[in-house]
Amino acid sequence: MSNTSTSPSVKPQASRLVAVLVLAAIVALAAATPFLPNYHIRVVNSLLIYILLGIGLNIVIGYTGLLDLGFVAFYAVGAYTYALLASPQLDLHLPFLLIVGIAAVLGMITGILLGIPVLKLRGDYLAIVTLGFGEIIRIVINNVDWLTGGPKGIARLDKASILGVEIARPVEIYWLLLVTVFLVGLFVWRLERSILGKAWAAIREDQDAARGIGINTTNAKLAAFATSATIGAIAGTIFAASQRFVSPESFTLQESVLIVLMIVIGGIGNILGIVAGAAILILLPEVLREFAEWRILFLGILMVVLIIVRPAGIVPRTFGPEKLIRGLFGK
Amino acid sequence: MLGTFIQQTVNALTIGSIYALIALGYTMVYGVLRMINFAHGEMFMLGAYAAFLVLTVFVGDIGAVGAFGLTLAFFGAVIAVGFFGVGIERLAYKPLRNSTRLAPMLSSLGVSLTLVTGVQILAGPQPVAFPSFFPATRYDFMGGTVTSVQIGILVAAFVLMFALYTLVNRSRMGIIVRAVSESRPTAQLLGINVNLAISAVFFSGPLLGAAGGILYASYYGIMSPTMGAVIGLKAFTAAILGGIGSIPGAMLGAYILAFVEVGGTALLPLITNGVLGTEYRDVLSFAILILVLLVKPAGILGEPVSEESMVYKREF
Repeated sequence: MSNTSTSPSVKPQASRLVAVLVLAAIVALAAATPFLPNYHIRVVNSLLIYILLGIGLNIVIGYTGLLDLGFVAFYAVGAYTYALLASPQLDLHLPFLLIVGIAAVLGMITGILLGIPVLKLRGDYLAIVTLGFGEIIRIVINNVDWLTGGPKGIARLDKASILGVEIARPVEIYWLLLVTVFLVGLFVWRLERSILGKAWAAIREDQDAARGIGINTTNAKLAAFATSATIGAIAGTIFAASQRFVSPESFTLQESVLIVLMIVIGGIGNILGIVAGAAILILLPEVLREFAEWRILFLGILMVVLIIVRPAGIVPRTFGPEKLIRGLFGK
Repeated sequence: MLGTFIQQTVNALTIGSIYALIALGYTMVYGVLRMINFAHGEMFMLGAYAAFLVLTVFVGDIGAVGAFGLTLAFFGAVIAVGFFGVGIERLAYKPLRNSTRLAPMLSSLGVSLTLVTGVQILAGPQPVAFPSFFPATRYDFMGGTVTSVQIGILVAAFVLMFALYTLVNRSRMGIIVRAVSESRPTAQLLGINVNLAISAVFFSGPLLGAAGGILYASYYGIMSPTMGAVIGLKAFTAAILGGIGSIPGAMLGAYILAFVEVGGTALLPLITNGVLGTEYRDVLSFAILILVLLVKPAGILGEPVSEESMVYKREF
């Protein structure tokens, strides 16, 4: 399952057409969003945050093949870092970019701290330990009232600003998110194709064989956990800055599960798939809003049907970003 | 002091019995399919709703239901949920049997979402008062109070668990199920009807889960469409703690978890001098789970499986 494999069944012209269409659709949607009403921009912002989270979690699940059900903990670390360092709660008002940096480092540390003990566990056990970790973080946040405000959360967070430019309106948040998603996506995509990415793929396919050919699986897995956690924490800071309010409700197990589903339904191990999966799971409930709880019922059935009909996801691993680029330039 | 101790022990045994009934479903499904059935908590919820439905439709006035009506409702509901479980397996998990290991687990998440929303649409999202299946009598026992509901739950759970244990260890069907959970390919080669074994597991698991749901709802006098989520997670933790795939392990794990919870609620504030209150009891449960897994990754009674036998297909 090497992602660089070319599928001979797709003709070059056809793949070029698909590539141009997909890119045109993405660019058109991205360009049209700022002209939408605020409510719609907020929905797109939430979509972008989930894409960012999906890209982060995909490193552990899709690239390295480890099921992590506690990803939301890193998201919470990022969000609460912003909430504590830029609000009246501790009367600290640090600049946004500095907090993003601090959150990234804290996320990385948490990722490594979680990674070290769980590295020898595999499969389902890993899933459970990470799930427990996520729940512990949430319960602690919920109960350390003096620091996190407990279930009430922390309100009146500062408006974010970068180099004096205020970022508070939905459109401004949108641009911030779009740039972040693009940069993080580019970074992660390059990372996957780097030597580290190859090591992750080897661990995913066969851990013992990977160790046999001299890959330091411990370090490679730790790197996966750390990178993934860093991205989760960054997503958390932007989330907190856009909501200007955080509470433990945003960091439940259901959120972790939603992100895993996004990845699997969209196409595991593929950034384009994550975009598709997020679009279905985040946008569809919004589009079908008038049907109230029927849409959730529909979503549940759709999930089962999609997993049965398209087990490799809507956009399979073989149709990755490089396919788009190759299609575009006809290589 | 002794009274409190006895009271807390009975409380822990009661809640532990309910956890055990649900944990058994997780562990049996894992045993035969190596799959975590995230929709299992919903069987617990469906059990309570099915019993309520049987009572309101066939008996009418819930307040005046006799022992016969209650027994009928109990068995009618758990058997219905059992068949429902078999149906779900056929529709949502069987097509994925040769897929990756993650696929059926995620499919079960979809099933879970569908069932919770379905019940919310049909019965309304608000909690509903649930009739007690046992007469409300209190007994004083060496200073502690034990209610007849607790005794009823303990008896019902023990009978059901004993029945399951006998079926698995003594009956022909039990041999088939054990063979399949030992090694599905080998069982298949020996001519064992694997589908039958899987159906048997997906019948008895939800049946026990539903029984747990009815007992739980009549213990607390309330049911809601989302009641399966939290208890499901607890029972699942119990199954892992005891060693997933092991039937005695699931029971042991359930009682350990219940004692940790009840004991933690009572002792945490005392030990930490009020720094950590009762709200940290779930942290304690998960911390113990993580510690056990780190020391003994297969759980307390789980067999130390070699990696080849456990992972015979791609995780993702």
